Amino acid sequence: MKVIKEKHSLLMRWTHWVNFPIIAIMIWSGMLIYWASDTYSITLFGHTYFKFFPEEFYKALHIPKRLAEGMAFHFLFMWFFAINGLLYVLYTLISGSWRELVPQRKSFKEAWLVLLHDLHIRKMAPPQNKYNAAQRIAYTAIIIMGFGSLITGLAIYKPVQFNTITWLCGGYHAARIEHFVLTIGYVLFFVIHVVQVVLAGWNNFRSVISGFEVVNEQPKPAIQPAPKEDGE
Amino acid sequence: MENNKKPKKELTVDQKIKRRNFISFGVFAVMGGAAYEGWQWLYKAPKEAVGITAGARQPLRKALNKTELFFRNFFSNNHLVKTYPKEMAAKNVRHNSDIGVQGKFVVDDWKLQVKKHTGEIINITIDQIKALPKTEIVFDFKCVEGWDQIQYWGGVKLIDFIEHFGLVEETKLGYVGLMTPDEKYYVGLDMPSAVHPQTILAYEMNGKPVPVNHGAPLRLIIPVKYGIKNLKRIGSITFSDTRLPDYWAENGYDYYSGL
Repeated sequence: MKVIKEKHSLLMRWTHWVNFPIIAIMIWSGMLIYWASDTYSITLFGHTYFKFFPEEFYKALHIPKRLAEGMAFHFLFMWFFAINGLLYVLYTLISGSWRELVPQRKSFKEAWLVLLHDLHIRKMAPPQNKYNAAQRIAYTAIIIMGFGSLITGLAIYKPVQFNTITWLCGGYHAARIEHFVLTIGYVLFFVIHVVQVVLAGWNNFRSVISGFEVVNEQPKPAIQPAPKEDGE
Repeated sequence: MENNKKPKKELTVDQKIKRRNFISFGVFAVMGGAAYEGWQWLYKAPKEAVGITAGARQPLRKALNKTELFFRNFFSNNHLVKTYPKEMAAKNVRHNSDIGVQGKFVVDDWKLQVKKHTGEIINITIDQIKALPKTEIVFDFKCVEGWDQIQYWGGVKLIDFIEHFGLVEETKLGYVGLMTPDEKYYVGLDMPSAVHPQTILAYEMNGKPVPVNHGAPLRLIIPVKYGIKNLKRIGSITFSDTRLPDYWAENGYDYYSGL
């Protein structure tokens, strides 16, 4: 029998989808800013494997020479990013739904089993509630990363007024690198997230818009079998 | 009156699913459309009217100014830029721009012009400035482009200069303006940042007179601002109760640009 099973709260769905364009704009305007001093690369033993970012990439996205514009967008949408994130975190804490989100002790071991299952190496996935172990870790990590972006962002934005925050980040220079690395992290998260959502299918995807999943449940027998006399 | 209403039948599971999907996806589509329209509106918003600031989209300039007001609440003379030992200062001090310091210029003929609020103009020589107590600072200079460099500068605190030359009345005004002698580069500073204890009029770099390309004979070093506000080769100083002209604020940058 088809049954509606509630999955995601309205606030979770709302903040999730509001976050999507905000992050997109923050990453885009961040690139406009980063271009003006694009000093980062992956270099090992003197050999540069990848430069952030190749000229063609900049050209294709019309990135060059838009620093002022990038800053103006970044410093407006940072507010929405912060408020939206705070709203989600506060809701999750107050409603108690953090219990479904935060990794448990067993999650770290189970996450491997989930990974092996997703890679079709293992047949059975560990039993789960709303989120499986890998999701618990990934979704908690992304919240911490968001907080990290806020902190490292503040450290770069007001390094004198908030010099304690800048110090916590290991200084101005380090904070800018951290801010950049976190953004690369979002992009990687996004890629995996989208692939997983596609693989998980419609029922799962719909739940982040409509809030519920449809599950098949065995109808409960109308008459409960009488308990055995002798017990077991 | 007769009641024609039939008793409401409870919806089947399929009907419930349909109804909830319809509402959710409807709202989702409408909000998505609104977000797209909103973005189009913002992205295509007209540039602000040319004034003290220019070059930014109108709504974004408004946001920059509002954000300035918010973060001004955190400004304090007790919040100091981190300082470093002299040994950590860069030997090759980065040189980024020549706007306002090009063309013929005789350092020895230089005089600083200060315009008081009374209209009186005072001319000050470099020797008069060097006679004042010297302040040195080794700090991480931050460019709006994103790079930073530890640099070592020496000179007179702007607040010491102000007190010595009888300009305390002027500090009651909201803004200070500095301009190069050729008037091609200029910065406007809010008063709290200008009189911050680490704001200096620098005549030394790495213990030697400031080189020409770094703004000889006197330049501004203001660690609570991005490099764009650290004007080279100061020609004049003015005071006003409203924002004074600022080169980069006319090119789409935040007027405040505070750190």
